[in-house]
Amino acid sequence: MSTPTRFSSMPYTGPAPTNRSPYIPKGVDAIDKRGEEIEAKIAAPYVTSVPGQDLPTFIVEREKIVEVLRKLKEDTELRFELPVDLFGVDYPRRPEGRFDVVYQLYSFKNNERVRLVVHTDEDKAVPSSLPVFQGFDWFEREAWDMYGIKFDGHYNLRRILTHEMFQGHALRKDYDPAQRWLLTEKDVAKIVPVVEHHPEDSDFEQVTLNLGPSHPATHGTLRIVVTLDGERIIGADTEIGYLHRCFEKMSETHTYQQVIPFTDRLNYCSAIINNVGYCMAVEKLLGIEAPPRAQYIRLVLSEFMRIADHLVCIATNVLDMGALTNFWYLFQPREEIYQLVEACCGARLLPTYTRVGGLSVDAPANFLDMAKTLVKKLPKHIDDAEKLLLRNRIFLQRVEGVGAITRESAINHGYTGPCLRATGVAYDVRKAHPYMGYETYDFDIPVAEGGDTLARTLVRLEEMRQSLRILRQAIDRGLPAGPVIVDDPYVALPPKEKVYNEMESLIYHFKLIMHGIQPPVGETYFQVEGGNGELGFHLVSDGSKNPYRVRVRPPCFAVYQAFRKMIVGQTIADAIATLGSLNIIAGELDR
Amino acid sequence: MSATLPVVASLFGSIPEPMVQWVVWPTIKFVIAFAIIMGIVAFTTLVERRVLGFMQARLGPNRVGPQGILQFVADPIKLLLKEDIVPAGAQKAAYFIAPMLPIIPAFLVFCLIPFGPPPTFAITDVNVGLLLILALTSTGVYGIILGGWASNNKFSLLGGLRSAAQMVSYEVPFGLSIVGVLMLSGSLSLVEIVHRQELGVWNVLPQLVGCFIFLVAMTAEVNRAPFDLPEAESELVAGFHTEYSGMKFAFFFLAEYASMLVNACLIVILFFGGWTLAIAGKGLTTETMQTMGWLGLSLGFLIFAAKVAFFMILYIWFRGTFPRYRFDQLMELGWKWMIPLALVNIVVTGIVILLVRNGGA
Amino acid sequence: MTDPLMLTGVSLALFVIVGAIAVASSILVVSMRNPVHSALFLLLTFLCVAILFVSMGAEFVGAVQVLVYAGGIMVLFLFVVMLINVKALPKEKVFTATSMMGVLMGVLLFIILAIILASGTWAPAVNAPENLRTAVVVKTTPVVDAGGATIQTETVTRDVVGNAEAVGMALYRDYLVPFEVASLFLLVAMVGAIVIGKRELDASEEEAIPEFIAKKVSDEDRLKEVTGA
Repeated sequence: MSTPTRFSSMPYTGPAPTNRSPYIPKGVDAIDKRGEEIEAKIAAPYVTSVPGQDLPTFIVEREKIVEVLRKLKEDTELRFELPVDLFGVDYPRRPEGRFDVVYQLYSFKNNERVRLVVHTDEDKAVPSSLPVFQGFDWFEREAWDMYGIKFDGHYNLRRILTHEMFQGHALRKDYDPAQRWLLTEKDVAKIVPVVEHHPEDSDFEQVTLNLGPSHPATHGTLRIVVTLDGERIIGADTEIGYLHRCFEKMSETHTYQQVIPFTDRLNYCSAIINNVGYCMAVEKLLGIEAPPRAQYIRLVLSEFMRIADHLVCIATNVLDMGALTNFWYLFQPREEIYQLVEACCGARLLPTYTRVGGLSVDAPANFLDMAKTLVKKLPKHIDDAEKLLLRNRIFLQRVEGVGAITRESAINHGYTGPCLRATGVAYDVRKAHPYMGYETYDFDIPVAEGGDTLARTLVRLEEMRQSLRILRQAIDRGLPAGPVIVDDPYVALPPKEKVYNEMESLIYHFKLIMHGIQPPVGETYFQVEGGNGELGFHLVSDGSKNPYRVRVRPPCFAVYQAFRKMIVGQTIADAIATLGSLNIIAGELDR
Repeated sequence: MSATLPVVASLFGSIPEPMVQWVVWPTIKFVIAFAIIMGIVAFTTLVERRVLGFMQARLGPNRVGPQGILQFVADPIKLLLKEDIVPAGAQKAAYFIAPMLPIIPAFLVFCLIPFGPPPTFAITDVNVGLLLILALTSTGVYGIILGGWASNNKFSLLGGLRSAAQMVSYEVPFGLSIVGVLMLSGSLSLVEIVHRQELGVWNVLPQLVGCFIFLVAMTAEVNRAPFDLPEAESELVAGFHTEYSGMKFAFFFLAEYASMLVNACLIVILFFGGWTLAIAGKGLTTETMQTMGWLGLSLGFLIFAAKVAFFMILYIWFRGTFPRYRFDQLMELGWKWMIPLALVNIVVTGIVILLVRNGGA
Repeated sequence: MTDPLMLTGVSLALFVIVGAIAVASSILVVSMRNPVHSALFLLLTFLCVAILFVSMGAEFVGAVQVLVYAGGIMVLFLFVVMLINVKALPKEKVFTATSMMGVLMGVLLFIILAIILASGTWAPAVNAPENLRTAVVVKTTPVVDAGGATIQTETVTRDVVGNAEAVGMALYRDYLVPFEVASLFLLVAMVGAIVIGKRELDASEEEAIPEFIAKKVSDEDRLKEVTGA
């Protein structure tokens, strides 16, 4: 592993925090009580409950973490089966160890989450949690890459998002972002996939084929290295990070509002959902709620974006299988959805429409009419596409049983979203943790059996219909009256006419622009249902205008790490079909 | 031809008569046919893009000339002017020869295909014509397999290998599906096959299964969707022609479209009555056309062209409708369905012919 | 048509040129170091031989030569050569101590064959049109006398010119039994090759599928599970 030879020992000299009030989450008493219950259940001296957090949180001794994870997973009453997130946080010069390793687990049984924190240091390795949760594979690699946190027993602790020649660990607080490295391919180890599948003795030479990062089927910059026996894949490995642009590091040097445009670039097929997720996370930290009109518009656009996301996924997936016409049929409605987004905020792909506390501007007067026309048009497009696909024998032959994953494996790998629902698990953030009033809408979670490419396509098709169902109900309810942003001078800019005419508003405007939003000290996690799964934002605030840490829980990341196992034993054509159906968006994957 | 032959023949006064009949006339016909075919092939690319555009609710090229009809001129010009890139590590000689290989048999086959009532529209009439056509089209694969190998690129090589396996596999049902027609016609001469159909019915009726197998196999033979695996762009980038650019690429392209045209002509001749519109000797038969003079002959040509155009559009229609097969599925379809079906078809045809003949005797 | 063996004019030129190419390329087949090049020269040899067949008036054999050898067998040769990716063979001395012996044996064999061939009698040329004519039995009618006994059979024959038909008649009428026996031998050889080459497909194939990959679900079950709407 690379050693930081030119490592700058710059001490952390951020702006001194001004807001010292602690963050008190909603319903904190109930959370604390549940935390104590869980602590009692584990009943181990090395687990200490931390009160006052937005999730039941425990500090776990470093050596015992795997044991605790296993207990939480296997306890018949708790059953924290889904590995949601694992990431590091850096607190330099902290006596109990400089790094936090934060684990988050979810239990389908009780619909609750738990957060585990491990304190560690540069030279103290954390036991790898892979024996319990395979889904933490890439998450541990990322923590190593970004913080230099060592994980004992990880089979492949390589850098994942940055280049192999990169030096230092970018998300450490004392890493100087102005440094430049010369990154060459000369000394980089060649990726040779481990041959995992030996169908039978073959006389043919094994060919190693490199797909991507620039390949027509990768739709972005993914790289897959496969070892072939004829057309059959006998070993595969994936390499990511080609689109890494340090979203999390950049966020630490920008104010809370300035981070919003970066979130557009995560899953750029459904950018508004990212905007909404991030803004709602900050709102949760601030303890405010956007006005009903803003919530309504956010919800309507989120559902439209979900449809657009699924349209793109299905369209490009079938395009990769050679069905040209479906691609155009499915891109037509997407175009019309973008026209609606454009009418709202002027931008199409990367709208940056939401603000902390509401929306940047009000929707146009004919917003509801446009939405209504669209909702009327969309079912026909979806039906057409469905007919073209599901009544086509070639398509069915190409997707049935292809890239299948079992329910247990999917859960163990941290799958969420349509890919998890395609294995028959009815988990949807909109139902499990309703936000923006999803609990008041009547809709179903579509699930399919089999976990293969066909199941994923079926789930997406049905989800678009369910989104339309939500939209129809929303349109019937009508657009609520009122402002689109909270009336809080510490969060939202006062209207321009007031800034020009009132002294007080001018001061607030100045203060907000110069010092930004300053949330209370604390940390919070908020999740929304993104186009391809649970999109979570974990914010750590030190009370200053810049976030101390912004962690994105990208759904693709968990989904894609199982890809290399899913394609072994199948053909290249199957691998391409599987890749398309997973809807891997490099912007979100690499951040 | 009979009317004009003496006039034109007088121009070759010094050339002996057999020479005129066997060398000069076929050469003139072939040059004319070649020019027309080149035009048709180029034009097909435009038609394909416009028709696909129509099917996919978009426009297609419509900027060069009125309704974009000059696009087929602009494309070759563009390709001619493009830089010709030879990849490092390519097998030079094979890399240069490969694009020429598929184009030679594709155009040579046109010598054997009658485009209209003979003898005017038939360049030659060989008594083993059909067999020669099969033999020539079967050699078209070499350009692809060699181009894939010579490019020094794994994607190209995989494309070439897929193509070789595919073409060899589908050659068999392609040939077997014709056998039924040959048993009905009792001849390998294309003119004779058409003649039998105008006296009876189009072969598509008694040979429905054969026609269907032929249609599938001919699509697979020219690597068109849904059998376009050798150049599956989402898997193998561009398959065997990944490393080819400019005019070399255009040669592969031309060969593919010329082969499409050949196969469309073949299916029309074998199963859809060629240039005639007649049942049981009634209607527009070859004889009627020949007696009508030039008008009748051109009418025959137009009927033939219309039928061929339908099958060319059918190729495009396939491309607009079907996703691509996976390689093992393609092989399974070829070996487990097409070949047994074709064999059963031959046996059934033979039994029926015997029954009819014995019943009649 | 004085001597059918004498080639004149165009045919002679064609024979000499194509024959020379065929011989040259067949020598190159064995002397090329790159197996793909060897295979391509073998293809050229086949094509030249096909041209020679056609020039001799045997269009059918020529066409079949191209169809089977050039269109089928050589493609598979190339396929295998490319798939196993044989690199160019190492440089080796062409003339070794035993090569002189080889030349000597070759010359001897040539002389022996020449003597045997020269002593035979030549059959009439095949490209003479009258030799392509084959009498084909179209109909056989028994001629019966008043008492009902067959006195003779009256055979109606038709001359066939096309040599495809001539080949067909030879294979399926005159030499039917040898032809069937030969095809049976080929079938046996093919079955044998498949049995030897077949990979063992037993229970281990099933086990090879990782536990990770889900079992197949039937369409009906799957569609049933999709809830809603």
